[in-house]
Amino acid sequence: MQVVLQKKRNFTKYIGKILLQGFLIIVAITQIYPLIWLTFFSLKDNSEIFSGDVAGLPQKFLWSNYTKALSDGHVLTYFFNSVLVTAVSIILVLILSSMTGYAITRMKWKLSGLTMTTILLGMMVPIHAALLPLFMVLKNLGLLNTYWALIIPYVAFGIPMAVFILGSFFNGIPRELEEAAVIDGCGIYKTFFFIVLPLVRPALSTVAIFTFLSCWNELMFAVTFINKASYQTLTVGMMSMVGTYITQWGIIGAGLMITTIPTIVIYLLLNKQVQKSMIAGAVKG
Amino acid sequence: MNSVFSNKTAITIFVLPTLLIFCGIVLVPIFVSSYYSLLDWNGVGKGTFVGLNNYAEMFNDPRVLNSIKNSLLFAAASIFIQLPLSLLLALILASNVKGEGFYRTVYFIPVLISTVVIAQLWSKIYNADYGLLNSLLESIGLSHLAQDWLGQKHTALVASFIPTLWQYVGYHMLLMYAGAKSISNDIIEAAKIDGASRIRTVFSITLPLMRPILKVCLIFSVIGAFKVFDLIYVLTNGGPFFTTEVPSTLMYTTIFDTYRYGYGSAISVFIILECLVFTVIINKYFKTE
Repeated sequence: MQVVLQKKRNFTKYIGKILLQGFLIIVAITQIYPLIWLTFFSLKDNSEIFSGDVAGLPQKFLWSNYTKALSDGHVLTYFFNSVLVTAVSIILVLILSSMTGYAITRMKWKLSGLTMTTILLGMMVPIHAALLPLFMVLKNLGLLNTYWALIIPYVAFGIPMAVFILGSFFNGIPRELEEAAVIDGCGIYKTFFFIVLPLVRPALSTVAIFTFLSCWNELMFAVTFINKASYQTLTVGMMSMVGTYITQWGIIGAGLMITTIPTIVIYLLLNKQVQKSMIAGAVKG
Repeated sequence: MNSVFSNKTAITIFVLPTLLIFCGIVLVPIFVSSYYSLLDWNGVGKGTFVGLNNYAEMFNDPRVLNSIKNSLLFAAASIFIQLPLSLLLALILASNVKGEGFYRTVYFIPVLISTVVIAQLWSKIYNADYGLLNSLLESIGLSHLAQDWLGQKHTALVASFIPTLWQYVGYHMLLMYAGAKSISNDIIEAAKIDGASRIRTVFSITLPLMRPILKVCLIFSVIGAFKVFDLIYVLTNGGPFFTTEVPSTLMYTTIFDTYRYGYGSAISVFIILECLVFTVIINKYFKTE
């Protein structure tokens, strides 16, 4: 009796496990298949897209879609612009917010609390709110259609989250380390740059990843502040490309893949760190 | 020692540039937007001050009301479809299932992809002539269901919600997973020893302890729904016949296509207030302390 019951229980457990795995696999396929489909799509020509096997592998891998997208479709320019804007934004966010986060959390001055509150308020502001005023300011300063039109707002809107994340890391550093540095004759700058900053490297990479994702994928500012193709980033470029290559879907697919691949590569390389940074971005209380 | 850590020059160098750029680009524009919203202005010359007229017009404008309704539907769909699904996945993955790390990694991939790409991708999936969806339906013998998903009034809104669901289910899953994982194993073990079933443990132990993260997810999905822009702008631009229009895309067209700067600013101020009000409400009714 006991044995039969045990066997039965094991059996239901086993079936349960299989059903569970089945469910998880179906979800996984749903999450990943559209991207695989896009990959196939980007390697096909029009006739195959319109008439061939919609879901299947391409008959012939048309890598020329990629070279065409890169050269004729200006994707190389868009790509360069995205890299430039994103890289400069990340560097500036890291410099500014680490200095400010440090001064707020570890240095002694009267207004530090107020400054922190003010900056954290920024996390609640939707970028919609600033769109038109920024457009007017950039227009009056003649900065529309320059890289700065994107870099400055990206940095400004990246600061609150970055200060928050870095601030909480600085808070976790034992005071004694800083004090020892000072006793050894370090000034505040040396202490900060050579002792403290290296200690918060994980937080810096978290902020860098977070900033990368938001800048690389941003659309609203990019579409409003830039209309010259030579300064457009990938997100906007993709939209104008769809307009130009309206009948050549394979090339558009290639462009979309070129936009996506860097993110996926970074994710697969830094998987844990990326997930951590997304969690850190959320748990702001 | 103290003189080092209260070095006024250093503090100024560390804080001032950040504060200037932050206030100039993030804070001040909100007030400027609020001011613009009181004007009748086409961006050229000086606007005329019209007080709260724009706001009064907004609440009588069927197009505005319709866009608000759509964003509320988006929020409702996120709360009642996306969050429960994410929660289910998070709880399964957090229960030491085989392949935990792999699934977590795969589910999260769409979160990282630019919404522009996602919108283009899904517009191809929905395409009436060669789209993936219709050909899938055909292959399983449901070809009579095949249609132009984004082009028709009665399917467009649902069709534009699904990519959001697809994109962010992994994000909420990850947050909830992190929340579930942070619960001490001792508590779960104790419940097991007390004879609580798995389901019972989830409802009496895990979920109550996950309240803080559930609140964050709730706030994110509601605010995300109010702010949704990229996806709609690329996928349908509010069409067909405004059936997918949301406040942010309406704000955008009002400002940059019809040059009603004051009216568009009123809509943008409305979006901020809406987000703020709902955050406060959720925080209040979802007290975590």
